[in-house]
Amino acid sequence: MFYIQQLINGLALGSIYALIALGYTMVYGVLRFINFAHSDILMVGAFAAFFLAPGIQGVFGPESIPGALLVFLFSALICALLGVLIEMLAYRPLRNRPKLTVLITAIGVSLFLEFTCQHKGVFGSNTRPFPTLIPAQELHFGELVVSSNDLVVLVVTLLLLAALRFIVQRTKIGTAMRAVSFNPQAAALMGININHVISFTFALGSALAAIAGIFYAMRSPGIEPLMGIQPGLRAFIAAVVGGIGNLPGAALGGIVLGVIEAIAGGLPGVSNYRDGIAFAILILILLFRPAGLLGKFQAEKV
Amino acid sequence: MDRGAKRWLLAAALAVAVVSLFAGQFNRYYLGVTIDIGINIIMAVSLNLINGHTGQFSLGHAGFMAVGGYTAAKLSLLFGAQIPPGAAPIFFAVILLAGGLVAALSGLAVGVPSLRLKGDYLAIVTLGFGEIIRVIFQTTESLGGATGLTGLERYTNLAWAFVLAALTVYVVSCLVNSTYGRGFIAVHDDEVAASAMGINPTKYKVVAFVIGAFFAGIAGGLYAHHKLVLKPDGFDFMRSIEFVVMVILGGMGKTAGVILAAVILTVLPEFLRGFADYRMIIYSLLIIILMMARPQGLFAGWKTGRKQAAPTS
Amino acid sequence: MSTASAKERLLDVSRCTIRFGGLTAVSELDFAVKEGELVGLIGPNGAGKTTVFNLITGVYQPTEGAIQFNSRSLGNLKPHQITARGVARTFQNIRLFPSLSVFDNVRAAIQLHRRHGIVHALWRGGSFKQEEREVEAEALDLLKIFGLDRFRDEASKSLPYGDQRRLEIVRALATKPRLLLLDEPAAGMNPTEKAELTSLIKFVQERFRIAVLLVEHDMQVVMGICQRIAVLDYGVKIAEGTPDEIRRNPKVIEAYLGEPD
Ligand SMILES: Nc1ncnc2c1ncn2[C@@H]1O[C@H](COP(=O)(O)OP(=O)(O)O)[C@@H](O)[C@H]1O
Ligand SMILES: [Mg+2]
Repeated sequence: MFYIQQLINGLALGSIYALIALGYTMVYGVLRFINFAHSDILMVGAFAAFFLAPGIQGVFGPESIPGALLVFLFSALICALLGVLIEMLAYRPLRNRPKLTVLITAIGVSLFLEFTCQHKGVFGSNTRPFPTLIPAQELHFGELVVSSNDLVVLVVTLLLLAALRFIVQRTKIGTAMRAVSFNPQAAALMGININHVISFTFALGSALAAIAGIFYAMRSPGIEPLMGIQPGLRAFIAAVVGGIGNLPGAALGGIVLGVIEAIAGGLPGVSNYRDGIAFAILILILLFRPAGLLGKFQAEKV
Repeated sequence: MDRGAKRWLLAAALAVAVVSLFAGQFNRYYLGVTIDIGINIIMAVSLNLINGHTGQFSLGHAGFMAVGGYTAAKLSLLFGAQIPPGAAPIFFAVILLAGGLVAALSGLAVGVPSLRLKGDYLAIVTLGFGEIIRVIFQTTESLGGATGLTGLERYTNLAWAFVLAALTVYVVSCLVNSTYGRGFIAVHDDEVAASAMGINPTKYKVVAFVIGAFFAGIAGGLYAHHKLVLKPDGFDFMRSIEFVVMVILGGMGKTAGVILAAVILTVLPEFLRGFADYRMIIYSLLIIILMMARPQGLFAGWKTGRKQAAPTS
Repeated sequence: MSTASAKERLLDVSRCTIRFGGLTAVSELDFAVKEGELVGLIGPNGAGKTTVFNLITGVYQPTEGAIQFNSRSLGNLKPHQITARGVARTFQNIRLFPSLSVFDNVRAAIQLHRRHGIVHALWRGGSFKQEEREVEAEALDLLKIFGLDRFRDEASKSLPYGDQRRLEIVRALATKPRLLLLDEPAAGMNPTEKAELTSLIKFVQERFRIAVLLVEHDMQVVMGICQRIAVLDYGVKIAEGTPDEIRRNPKVIEAYLGEPD
């Protein structure tokens, strides 16, 4: 029973990781670098919801479904904008530089967002309680107690994954994304506007991160400017574990990580090492399957 | 070509000895910052062997520092009380060495399995190792858990910090400027070509990790007996980033530049103390601007190429 | 060559196949080089010539078949171990060490047969200095032979294209090989440079008494100096023989000479 309980818990947590991991993996797909600032986007998403909620709930009534939907929507829009802006200002000028340069810049952007948001003129470094967006209920299935919010997270994630799949596989812009990720030069020659595709990728990934950030905030005691670091790291590990650049891989990696973490976190003696477990999984995966669970390994041509 | 090397080392040690004679007159605060500089030089120059000369990308250097620091600190807490004052320097040397060796072992543990990975993947794995090391310290009660180790003896002084910094610079420079050590740079430039020339890339990478970790461990021991407290969260990812930024600012693989960068980045935050609220914001902005404007390091284009940078040529 | 006994063969490639996914880049290749021989390996673009080099030097492992050097198997050896056994190579797409000077590119390769390691590099005692001096002299000698000593302290990538190719040969020779693999050394050179290079290769083979396996797209270079030539097409050896035999072989003419150059 304990395990089933933790499994559901882990699936919800894993869904959140999966949503974040998709952003890492999409950006890696088109630009081949790890966007360290992604973890801070989800924090901004949570804060956006925090500030938007009172106003929107004032109109639609507290804890109403349309109100919650609007909060999600606007936060996602804000983060999409932020993601696009970061790419344009910080990463675009470095497009043809060595990947290491871009990686360090991304770390710089991440630190910049964290420290700026910690400033007392912005959000300050205190933890603030997150408003209730969707009333949580305890659902009883026999001995099993499930939070309705866990189910909401699961369902929304599944819907978003389906939507994402549709966008990537069926739409014009999605096809362009795949083309750019397969071969940027060839894509450019075929008349694809690389900049548009990259902006779109950042917008999409950041919007998902915002939603994940709000979900994460709903499960946490409160929100603060460094709240993105831990889920960000986990999600990023999930992306690598699943095979970076691979969308289903990121989703799978997120779920796997969430479940392992929830189950291990519930075991006495192991729970203290929770922070280390994700990294241990990462290292094992990279050693035995360097390309990740679903990735393909490519040998260098000499 | 290397006639100057040992002499250079000797001169540095002498200069330090003379300065330490007057250390008593120094303002305590300045003295502290100066020792910080020495420790950071060790960290940056040793990381430069891994990231700069050998072209690996380690984001976990603070982890090695922690290993060395905790080893030395634990030993000094265990046995320090029994040591007669006259033997203190010898005792300190021994525990520093022990810290360095244990850190070197952990460098081996990280280096060997990570070698199959390159670029960002290697960066992530070293980051992961650094975090795991921190979590282990944080959860080990005999090492103080989250509160860390306190009540350490103040063994570190200016002389210790700078003699060891000079030694680090000497070792890294001499290594790289030898027929043997040119292999590091060859591996950095082109692994496939290097192995076609009979150079074993794996061996060089492991050696770089082990030596780099060794000196990081020594720096950790110095740090512990300088700050007198050792906390696990002092060795987080952010700390590793600081050292990486020093190496990049100085110009990967350029020893003189990296030393200068270590000095600047140690002193700069002190100057920014007045703007405490904006300090870290400025720091992060600097990283971004630096990567855009001078990705080869602050001193790129100055006459501090690989050959000139080393004291040996 | 089927007439050579196992003993005479320095390099012996037997029934080697390598596949990349669905593509068979080299198929059941049988091929040998004798001590001191100068052999050509030709074929149209994409025929698998570079892949053969990568197989011999351990960059790739054959899917099937075996490679012997000096009567010992090279199976499962790492590239650096194979170099230590006496096989050196150049690369089709030049791969010098860009952050090392011309001189240091050569010195980096000389380290292979040196005893000294970390401790000596740090202590810098008499024997270390002696050895460093020897390495220096040796590298300089090699550079002189190829007329590259005037570029000694320049960055390797600042050299003219043809000189970069020659520096790659020098660097390979610095590992003291018994078999030298040259991958399209004349690519991108003008006719005069090509002629110079041709005589240089001949000279190297005689002066250092080594076997040379030459991959070259330019027929004239190969025909001029090789004692024997093997022809690859789509990973299959379609002919082998003296330059004259190859010139007259209809299969070769179809596969190779028929192609506009
Ligand atoms: N690492 C690799 N992965 C996939 N295909 C490869 C690889 N290396 C070579 N090939 C393929 O093998 C074939 C032979 O290539 P190559 O040996 O470079 O030809 P050549 O040197 O004769 O021009 C080509 O079709 C090439 O694309
Ligand atoms: Mg080729």
